[in-house]
Amino acid sequence: MTNESKYRFVGTRPLRHDGVDKVTGRAQFGADFALPDMLWGRTLRSPHAHARILRMDTHRARALPGVAAVVTAADLPEVEPGPGPVNLRDLSCNVLARNKVLYHGHALAAVAATTEALAAEALELIEVEYEPLPPVLSLDDALAPGAAILHEGRAPKRYKVSGPTNVAARCEFSRGDLTRGFAEADLLLKRSFRTQTVHQGYIEPHAVLAQTGADGRSTLWCCTQGAFMVRHYCSALLGLDSAKLRVVPSEIGGGFGGKTTVYQEPVALLLSRVSGRPVKMVMSREEVFRATGPGCATRVEVKLGARRDGTLTAARASLWYEAGAFPGSPVEPGAMCIFAPYRIENLFIEGFDVCCNKPKTTAYRAPGAPQAAFAMESLLDELAQVLKLDPLELRSRNAAQKGDQLAYGPRFKEIGLTETLSKAREHPHYKAPLEAGCGRGVAVGFWFNAGMNSSATLHLGGDGGVSLVTGNPDIGGSRASLAMLCAEELGIEVERVRPVVADTDTAPYTDLTGGSRVTFATGMAVVEASRKLVAELCARAARIWDCEPAQVTFHEGRCLPTAASGLDHSPLSVAELAARMAQTGGPINAQAQLTARGPGPGFATHICDVRVDPETGRVEVLRYTAIQDAGRAIHPSYVEGQMQGGAAQGIGWALNEEYLYDENGALENAGFLDYRIPVASDLPMIDTVLVEVPNPTHPYGVRGVGETPIVAPLAAVANAVRAATGVRMTELPISPPRLLAALGLKQNGGAR
Amino acid sequence: MRRVGRLLTGLMDSPARGYEAPDSVEQAVALLSAHGPAARPLAGGSDLLVQLRAGLQKPAVIVDLKRIPELSAVVLDDEVLRIGAARSSAALREEPSYRALFPGLLEACELIGSEQIQGRASIGGNLCNASPAADTVPALLVNEARCEIAGPEGRRFVPATEFCTGPGSTVLGLGELLVALHISRPAARSADAFLRFTPRSEMDIAVVSAAARVQLGEDGRCLDARLALGAVGPTAFIAEQAGDALRGVSPDDAALERVAALAREAAAPIDDKRGSIAYRRQVAGVLAKRALRVALARAAERTRG
Repeated sequence: MTNESKYRFVGTRPLRHDGVDKVTGRAQFGADFALPDMLWGRTLRSPHAHARILRMDTHRARALPGVAAVVTAADLPEVEPGPGPVNLRDLSCNVLARNKVLYHGHALAAVAATTEALAAEALELIEVEYEPLPPVLSLDDALAPGAAILHEGRAPKRYKVSGPTNVAARCEFSRGDLTRGFAEADLLLKRSFRTQTVHQGYIEPHAVLAQTGADGRSTLWCCTQGAFMVRHYCSALLGLDSAKLRVVPSEIGGGFGGKTTVYQEPVALLLSRVSGRPVKMVMSREEVFRATGPGCATRVEVKLGARRDGTLTAARASLWYEAGAFPGSPVEPGAMCIFAPYRIENLFIEGFDVCCNKPKTTAYRAPGAPQAAFAMESLLDELAQVLKLDPLELRSRNAAQKGDQLAYGPRFKEIGLTETLSKAREHPHYKAPLEAGCGRGVAVGFWFNAGMNSSATLHLGGDGGVSLVTGNPDIGGSRASLAMLCAEELGIEVERVRPVVADTDTAPYTDLTGGSRVTFATGMAVVEASRKLVAELCARAARIWDCEPAQVTFHEGRCLPTAASGLDHSPLSVAELAARMAQTGGPINAQAQLTARGPGPGFATHICDVRVDPETGRVEVLRYTAIQDAGRAIHPSYVEGQMQGGAAQGIGWALNEEYLYDENGALENAGFLDYRIPVASDLPMIDTVLVEVPNPTHPYGVRGVGETPIVAPLAAVANAVRAATGVRMTELPISPPRLLAALGLKQNGGAR
Repeated sequence: MRRVGRLLTGLMDSPARGYEAPDSVEQAVALLSAHGPAARPLAGGSDLLVQLRAGLQKPAVIVDLKRIPELSAVVLDDEVLRIGAARSSAALREEPSYRALFPGLLEACELIGSEQIQGRASIGGNLCNASPAADTVPALLVNEARCEIAGPEGRRFVPATEFCTGPGSTVLGLGELLVALHISRPAARSADAFLRFTPRSEMDIAVVSAAARVQLGEDGRCLDARLALGAVGPTAFIAEQAGDALRGVSPDDAALERVAALAREAAAPIDDKRGSIAYRRQVAGVLAKRALRVALARAAERTRG
């Protein structure tokens, strides 16, 4: 890039600080913690997708020698929903079912015993009497007249309907005059798209160790995307003063949004409180699949109006997203994202949050956006085909620019969509010839990225090294990027900054790691704290030189007198000032806390080539290029890694990933053998192109990068399949049987 | 006899599981006879250990076969390749001459699980586990492998085509043990091939699999053809009519399409999470002709060579 000379560390590729720990096995993950006298907790899970709990008897389990505690929802206080975005009463009922079980695998009770085997044996002694209810297993089931209702008597939000409904909420965004917009169009296209329930695919199952002392003070070790989030939820669910709970985040073996809530953490605390002993709970892979929050299944209908030159005149979308057992699908972000990349004067978007008897969905990388983009970017592909326009040209003609207003209100500042589209058109991949039976697809991805609340603390060591303390678990290389920002500001080597992911008693408050926000928002706090530290160093130099702090400036890691001061002193390095801390005023620390405004939206353009086996329907991805605006890539390797990882997950989602439920709502593929994420040999090397259009609200121009790359692949793959076969797949995954059936339909004249 | 006691207990939940590692076939047979169904033989463990962990099997005694030299040996003489039943599939890959003789069988070996799994998993175990989707079984069937079985009454031979009797069940009786697989060297101008269909490229279980072996006549016609299908019936099986359809004819595209149609007819799959009946039938035909095509090309190559 052109800014090479501007920065010393930003834009370089140092080794990550946690690299050696992770490759040597020294890093401690959720299940690596143990304490003397520890018990093992296991969870009793519902064998019904939908049932009333008539009676539960835990006597026999309690009587089993070696069992130290048995808990049910009766041991949890009844909590109010609370004012926050997450309904705490629902969360409590998800953690341990109260009155009703709402999905196959819903936790009902938990046991702590001296061994895992004993705990499992005790579970079998718990007697539960159910009244099975009809399971509601899809959007169609949930919305059908006369459908069984999951939450009787609960009124939907912003949605008026007579009689009971499984719709939990509706959202709407609109602008301009839709009727006029469609009337101005030369061409109207309308289509409906579906996606299935998917897993984030993190490798590390949820794990927790809880310890409660006789004084009621507790410590929790767990793998999570946010220790403060765990502390908040656990203390709220248990009616515990948060000052009595310390949460220590372990290393995290992947999260992708799946570790942004609690499952067994409050239960382990409860078991520990009842038994007076430490309790460890580790989910099996099967439990992870059956009972933690997946990415949601969706149906999205899009209608587009366009002029012959490709200009979009109007757009309408209706989105239905499965929330699972409790309200709260990401339909609203889906609705906000669906038309965001394009300048469309007249639009209308409505979204429905729909409950059904599956686990409560949770975040999955750019929650809600990939499903919405699958619909929009597929229909745009069809539009380009009908208008005989290059699909990138069509997108360029409609691309949002600085100043354009989003459906949900704000106007774009500097954005890089047009740049990613141009880079795509110039890329050798886009011009490369294709063999027979192969096809190329493109798609655009958008994600707004999050800001939220962050803090950072810096502690200067006597030798000039710096501890950088935050509370953000590192799921994407944020230790490195934060340390690099600190090093850049202080002018010290990256290796002299020690980035620490600390517990809730040690780190200043920070919101969880999610929304691609850590390098952006916590990074801002790091920069601010670093600048405070520099100011303090200047003050110390002034004291040494007996001058005013304003007469001292800081440059490349050294304090020196300003030119205007007329003073003549040898510069003092950070290490030299650190060595004299005690004599110049004592320890030097700095802290910053902020609510980060203006996270720069992320745009990406992806190009995908596939080969389709016409006799089996199997799709092979031959070549893949991801082009993304990173604002500024602090550590380019880790940004590229995010782009590749997002693309890989998106390709899996497009081709093979789906939860398969039987007619009773039991998950049939609760493991990585039959839930098929791609293996290395399924993918080509994913090429990356970094675009850097700096985000004006960040001191280094950073935009979030982690989520945007999963938004485009679903449609990029589907569009490539269309190009290879002439068949437009409107339902994911494009698994071999599904594609073969569609190909057969085409042969028999049934296809479009 | 070596007793390693509770060596494996760290790996398994159940506390009082016995472990025996006999040195000879006779000792192994004696142990299996004495304990009956409560004893389970262990080779690589790539099926057994998974089943133990899932709680699907709770044997009282595990009889580890890997210390028995006869079960770990692979010997190739002028007529026969004899594969010790406990020999890992990865070990077979190390000797190039085996691949030269039975490329299809080796292709099957290379598809079992992953590289790591192949370091443990044995072909004998793959057969004894009797999964209809087992990767190496169709290749054993087309190559007319014979199973050498040791038992309380001595030794007997059973054709591989008769070894599996259903999902998870075999002809092995009380105290009996698969010792080795015998495969005759291929006849002149003949070759085998194996193909498997999975949505993923590896680390997956066959939706359908097909093995083929053909022998070409000097005139280019097909002298003999055998086709085996996996995962489309309770056991892998020889699709007799499909193979017969190629015998004596010129193996052109039309002939292969006829074979494909017969293979579809022979397939008797079930609907499950890995594939529907209709899909499996369709793909069985596709794999049948493709496997035959590969085998035919190899046989033609050998004719020239």
